[in-house]
Parts: sequence; C-alpha cells; structure tokens
Amino acid sequence: MSGTETSVVLRLEGITKKFGDFVALNGISLDIYDGEFLTIVGPSGSGKTTMIRLLVGMDEPTAGDIYLKGERVNDVPANKRPTCMVFQSLALFPHRSVGQNIEFPLKIRKVAPAARRARAVELLALLRLPADCYDKNVTQCSGGEQQRVALARALAFDPEILFFDEPLASLDFRLRKTLEKELKDLHRATGKTFVYITHSLEEAMIMSDRIAIMRKGRIEQIGTPDQIYNAPTNRFVAEFMGEVNLFRVRATGNGRLEALEIDASLASPDEEAAEGEEGTLMVRPEVIRFLAAGETADCVLEGTIFNEYVLGSRVQYSVRVGEKTLSVEKLREDRYTGEIDTKVLIGWNAEDSRLLGSES
Amino acid sequence: MQKSLRLAGLLSSLPILLLLALVFIAPLLVVFGFSIMPTKTFSLLQWPTLENFETIIGLSYYRSLLWSLGLSSATVVILLLICYPLAFAMAKVFGVFANVIAILVVLTLFVSENIRLFGWVLVLMKGGLLSGTLKAWLGIEMAGLLYNAPVIVFGMVYVYFPFMLFPLTLGISMVPNELRHAAADLGASRWTVLREIDLPLAMPGILVGCMLSFVLCTGAMLESKLLGGQKVIVMADEIETAFTYGQNWPLGSALSVVLIALVGVMAIFVLRRVDLDQILGRTNVQSS
Repeated sequence: MSGTETSVVLRLEGITKKFGDFVALNGISLDIYDGEFLTIVGPSGSGKTTMIRLLVGMDEPTAGDIYLKGERVNDVPANKRPTCMVFQSLALFPHRSVGQNIEFPLKIRKVAPAARRARAVELLALLRLPADCYDKNVTQCSGGEQQRVALARALAFDPEILFFDEPLASLDFRLRKTLEKELKDLHRATGKTFVYITHSLEEAMIMSDRIAIMRKGRIEQIGTPDQIYNAPTNRFVAEFMGEVNLFRVRATGNGRLEALEIDASLASPDEEAAEGEEGTLMVRPEVIRFLAAGETADCVLEGTIFNEYVLGSRVQYSVRVGEKTLSVEKLREDRYTGEIDTKVLIGWNAEDSRLLGSES
Repeated sequence: MQKSLRLAGLLSSLPILLLLALVFIAPLLVVFGFSIMPTKTFSLLQWPTLENFETIIGLSYYRSLLWSLGLSSATVVILLLICYPLAFAMAKVFGVFANVIAILVVLTLFVSENIRLFGWVLVLMKGGLLSGTLKAWLGIEMAGLLYNAPVIVFGMVYVYFPFMLFPLTLGISMVPNELRHAAADLGASRWTVLREIDLPLAMPGILVGCMLSFVLCTGAMLESKLLGGQKVIVMADEIETAFTYGQNWPLGSALSVVLIALVGVMAIFVLRRVDLDQILGRTNVQSS
C-alpha cells in the first residue's frame, strides 16, 4: 500500500447474492484501499466470479451495499461506473486494430483523434509493446501481446479501480510468470487500485499487497501474503496455500499434543492450549529437518523416505510416518544424501509449527 | 496415390456436378439464349439479335423494374427493423424458448405461399374478416385494404420473414456476450455497443439476410397479383405475362436477363463494398 494514510475506495457492506436458492455470496464485508493490489483467491464455485461481477456493475447484490468513494453504487450499471475490468477472455474487439482497441474508451469520451493516438502510443510504450503494433489486427497478436493490449485498453479508460478476472489463466507457465511480475511492476508504475481474481494462490502471493481467500461465498481470511503464509486461520486456508503437513491433534496439557493419526506426542507451539482441545497442527515442508544420529529437535518422528522430487533450487521428499505421508523440502545444497527407502529421523522446532483452530 | 485420389474425388463429385449443370446452369443458359433470339419465336437455332433489349428500353418496362426494386428495398428495410430485435432475443435472451419461435416460424413455410396470401386477401378485402368485424362490432365503415403498393410490401414482409430472421439470428449469435459487456464496461452506451460491436460483428448474418430476402422479393409476383391486384405491375409480372399471354419467350427471357443482371451486380457490389474479411477480423483495419 502506498502512503501511510490509506483511504477506502470501495466498501462492501454485508453483500449477499442469491441465484434462486443458491447463495453465491453470503454477507461479505470488505474494504478496498486506494492504490492497493488486492487479490481475491478461491477455488471454483467459491463465489469470486459473482463477486467481481457485482463489483464492476454487471450484476446487482440481493442484499447489502457497495460504496464507491462513499457513494452507493449498487444499481449503477457498468457503463456508468468509473471502474473497468480485464476479462478472462480479454474480450478484445476482433474487428478493430490494436490502436482502435486501446482508443475505444477515449473515442467514447469524444477525445480528439490526435490526442487519442498519442495516448495509445504512450500506453503501448508503457506496456512494452512495439509502436508498430498500433495498426496490427488484434487477432494476429500473440497471447502475451493480447494480454498487454487488453491492459492498455483498460488503462486508457483511466479507471478508479482496475479489476482482473483471471486474465492469465489461459497462458502457458513461463509467459504467466513473466506477466505476473509485469503486472505488479505496472501496479507500482501507475499507482492505481488493482483488484485481481484468481484461483491460484501462488499468483496472488507474487503480486498482491493483500489477499482475500474465499470459500463458499464467504471470505475465510484476509491479510498480507506474509500473514496468510505464516498464520492461516484454518485448515482450508492452510491447504489452499499449497503443500503443507497437517496433523489432527488433541492437547494433552503441559504443552504437548497427541497426534491422532500417527500415534505420537508432539510439542505444541501454543503452551496455552487447554487439555482435550482438538485442532490442526500445521508444519511447513521447509521447516522439517533430517536429523543426524544424536541430533535432536522439539518434535521427532521416525519415517521412511519414499521418494525424492527435484524442484530446481529445492528438493522435495515424501516421508512415510505410519499411515501418513509427510512432505519435506530442502534447499539443493542441504539435500538428503542417504538412500531412498531407508529409515530416517525427521524433526522440527515447536515455534516453526502452528496450531490452527479446530474448524476444518 | 495422389493422382488416383484426385480421380476418386472427381468421380465422386461427378453426380452432383452433372445435376447442377443440368438443373441449375442449363436453364439459365437457355434463358440467355432465348433473350437474343428474334421476338415471338420458339427456337434457339436462329441468328442472334438485340431487338428484345431494344423493345425493353423503348417501352416503359423501366417502371416495373423500379417498382420491383423499390418495393423490394422497402421490404428489406422493414424486415431488418422487425427481425433484428427478435433475432437478438432469440440468439441472446430467450434460450430454449427461441426454438419454439423458430418452429412456429418454420411451420408457416409448410403451407404454400399462395394459400397463405389468399388468407390475407380474405382478411383484408372489402367486407372481409377485418372490415366486416369492425363494422359489426364497432360500426366503423372501412374500405378494403387491398390493391395498393403498401399491401404488397406487407405481403412480402410476411412471406419472406424467415429468410431474414434466421440469417440474422445466426449472425447475432456469433457476437460473444463478453465483447458487449467489455464495451459497456469501458463506458459505451447501449447505442454505442450496438453500433460499434453488435452491428459490425453480426454483419455477415445481416448481409446474407438482406441479400436473400431482396433477391426473393425481386422475383416475387404473387404478392402484387393477389394483394396488389395488378394495381402495380412488377418485373416478375411482366416476365410471366411475356411468357404466357404474350407468347413471346425471347422478350420474357430478355426481361429475365435484365433482372438477373441487375440483382447480380447489386449483390456483388454490396459484398464488395462491405469487405467480409474485415468484418470477420481477418485483415488489417486502417484506424479511423
């Protein structure tokens, strides 16, 4: 977020959206701050697409209010709102050139042709598109170029908030990685408010100032990428974050936990946990160590190395402990040197694990 | 291998090629042939002459031609205005209900054209269903609505309705909804969306619908005969008269050739002017 004093640009108050009996959004309240990059993440069916349709004005909420800069905009249609969206399909106009696509919002505002062209050329440069793209037909542009044209067109509109509906989903991995960073750079360069929707938390992590995680029409957690990474509020968020090791545990008092699935006693990161209370212990793959003989840790488990996966700079191992398979991740230089299918001791420090609420 | 494949392709297309040559090309050639035969003769084996075309220019056939083109144009414009909203609704709004409409419209085609038009004659004639009902219930005296130019247009709009509606529906369904939403999201009003997105992208369907109904209208004569009651003589009437009462095949053929040539040139002109490739977004578009 830029600046110390951040003002709310879009406020949702108790937004509910029903389609017949189906509740797509269930009482969502959310503040979007001026100039931030907010990503709304959720699996398909979580309501994130419904949400963005309400936010841009393509649909109206069943209950609740949306305020744009303090004004209620529930029933203001999309073409009367100072916001705009980059569609998943990009929705470039196939019968128009790149230049005409970018100038479309300016033409509607009756900007003079020369000024329109100047702005379009400026935007082409900002998005690192060659100037001779201007006369090219959009259908002849590559996937990456089309993304940039769609962005340029949205920026030409000069919106208060720029919405994105998974525009990178259809691209190949490498191009997506490049554009994710470019988008974040563009956010810095323009200082606009970006609201991005995706099902990929990884994408959200890279780009966002704040992330909101949605499930079944509710926001499960909202916070900075670090907050969500380090302190997921529940099992759903933790699992959604990617590969984590989760143990169902019951507190046995005196700072110990009983792991219910593998019959082991673990040290609790939370000394306060009341006896008998059930919950989930989260241990990230990268905090687990292989213990050499004589080495010790707060929590120690014996398991068998089942397999090894090289991820590039890191190496991941699956370790079977009883019926459970744990994931361990090491930097390449710290990789495990022993044989596969041998018994190993693994362990971690209690403060590197995290106790989540009992809600699944 | 390659050669035998080509031979096989040629052989398998031969039946349809022969059929087309026989039933499609040959009659046209016969008409062209007769158009340059001496007037009131019945043989193609004579010395060619242009006297039929001189007759056409000398006599006032241009009036019938203008009536044909004028009535057809009016019909196409009215059809476009009526069909566009309905086609839009069928393509984008009605969903399954659109099939019901499509079936109802197609059903009318199962009844022959002149029977349907006779139906309208009974409705619109003096003392017919419409004026009779008005007189009996409301006491309003009304002359018949038949035997004028507008009723001919009405008849053609009625008969050629499906030929405009279905190409339009197809054209409009080719326009992705997201493009219209995106245009609106970028600030475009409904009219702007219609002008900038819908019309250009649905243009192939619009053009096909217009051409199809226009060509059918110029060849129509039942409407002017039954509803118009010979008040207005259109080109198709003249051609029929020349072939039947006139017993003048060469003149009828020459009139046909004039009509075919005119309509053909117009079709080519329209399709040229509106570059189909540009509409389909296949070529560069110079920015405006």
